[in-house]
Amino acid sequence: MIEVDIEQRLGDFTLAAKFTAPATGVTALFGRSGAGKTSIVNALAGLTRPTRGRIEIDDEVLFDSERGIDRPPNRRRLGYIFQEHRLFPHYSVKGNLRYGGSGGPALGFDEVVALLGLEALLARRVGDLSGGEKQRVSIGRALLANPRLLLMDEPLASLDAARKAEILPFIARLRDALKIPIIYVSHAMEEVVQLADTLVLISDGKVAAAGSVEELTSRIDLRPLTGRYEAGSVIRTVLRGQDKSFGLTELDFPGGRLRVPHLDLPLGTALRLRIHARDVVLALAPPTGLSIRNSFAGIVAEISPEDGPLVDLRLDIGTPAEPVMLWARITRRALADLKLGLGSPVHALVKTVSLERPSPVRGGTLEL
Amino acid sequence: MIELSPQDWTAVALSLRIATVATLVSLPFGIAIATLLARRNFWGKTLVDAIIYLPLVLPPVVTGYLLLITLGRHGPVGAFLADHFGIVFAFRWTGAVISCGVMAFPLMVRAIRLSIEAIDRRLEDAAATLGAGPFWNFATVTLPLALPGIIAGAMLAFARALGEFGATITFVSNIPGETQTLPLALYTFTQVPGGDAAAWRLTLISVVVAMAALLVSELLARGIDRRIRGMS
Repeated sequence: MIEVDIEQRLGDFTLAAKFTAPATGVTALFGRSGAGKTSIVNALAGLTRPTRGRIEIDDEVLFDSERGIDRPPNRRRLGYIFQEHRLFPHYSVKGNLRYGGSGGPALGFDEVVALLGLEALLARRVGDLSGGEKQRVSIGRALLANPRLLLMDEPLASLDAARKAEILPFIARLRDALKIPIIYVSHAMEEVVQLADTLVLISDGKVAAAGSVEELTSRIDLRPLTGRYEAGSVIRTVLRGQDKSFGLTELDFPGGRLRVPHLDLPLGTALRLRIHARDVVLALAPPTGLSIRNSFAGIVAEISPEDGPLVDLRLDIGTPAEPVMLWARITRRALADLKLGLGSPVHALVKTVSLERPSPVRGGTLEL
Repeated sequence: MIELSPQDWTAVALSLRIATVATLVSLPFGIAIATLLARRNFWGKTLVDAIIYLPLVLPPVVTGYLLLITLGRHGPVGAFLADHFGIVFAFRWTGAVISCGVMAFPLMVRAIRLSIEAIDRRLEDAAATLGAGPFWNFATVTLPLALPGIIAGAMLAFARALGEFGATITFVSNIPGETQTLPLALYTFTQVPGGDAAAWRLTLISVVVAMAALLVSELLARGIDRRIRGMS
């Protein structure tokens, strides 16, 4: 577990952050710029000292103002990947990589170099590298210091779209292959949805909410913070079968089964799907004579209070024990014509899903 | 080609030795003080700052006289050192090292301090997160990045030490072969009839030595700068 409860004055800005997150997978600290995300990560790394509070990672206290504990940054074993790479200009790529150590038993120098594709860069000088290469080297440098946790402060923010697409798969690979817990600071929801399991929403130096990505992105009251980025829902599924005759893959979630075009993945693979609200069509009765095959029965759980022509409906298509939230965006006219209200039974038809996990390399949009 | 008399050679060799030793001995202190002033805030920092820079603004004779009354045979520090350790500075070449070192110190500290202040501290933060303790961090990040400033500071100090006159003559007098450095020898020649030719020779030598020092420091700084900026 990562337990953070800190207060810190930074000029006329007060940070008062308290959250716990599992020390597995990716935890995203999400919020606007200036919300205090970087300050939290700096306090975690020990680069700044909170005025009061406590930081604990896996039962190891790194900071405790009451007990007078303040482990210096060099003894915290937290890898920090900065927004602006911060490579040492007076060392070669190899010198930078080796600065913090040569890795641990599980992950040595050669493995890290191979993982990040750095073979051809080793002898180069830092000044000759492109932005994306620099960020890859800085990830490798942090990994080789054998950290228990990686802190990433908007590692993609200073890169253009092409470079982002170059780095994102590497980060996903760290998460999946190395099982190193990552705290990922971002103000881009598309990165968060692709990478993170846990989401901590930061606003004005405080934690507005913390929970799973699926839960928080489907909460209407958090919309002002999560943004209206491609309003939609995130659903966890497990690959349960392959329909060879039609070339379909069956993905199960509590209370339903989605059939998507063939995915070359082993049975049991956990997959996270993103379904845009605009790709969900509602019907009052189970549809017949329609080409859409993925249809799920559910009830209307929430209706967004909107005055515009469009409204968002939150549907529960799961089981009573395990609710599964699905957002649908329809016109206010349709809402009135279908006489939909809270608790109305509906059938949700899904036209397209985006595969967010297990890895953006295999991701993309699937037409159903 | 100009012919140098044995006395000229002695003065030149002595000057080079004194300036080199003064620079090398004061360099560790210069780096330490410059780091302290650049990186730490402590009570009395302004005072330390003022004392370090004092030789730069005081008349050199005053500095020499202050050295004489503290480190001289009868000075409190000088007497203590002579009685307990047998170390004597007065009228010795080592005393000239001290006066030259003290006079050159502010220039050295200033150059090193500026270069340390110019270092991106975020690089040191990065090194700390990679496990570098304060000393290792300083040795592997701060020091190499400050190297151009350290070399510039050392060269400035060396040049200043070569030209030191007032403090040296006041503290350790003008003894040929012991404390008579190049400027002192030159001054002596100008005070005797027919010394003009010798004075000219020493003037030329001074110019050559100063030019050589500048050239060496420039080449060193350029080489290091290129390495640090990461350009091959």
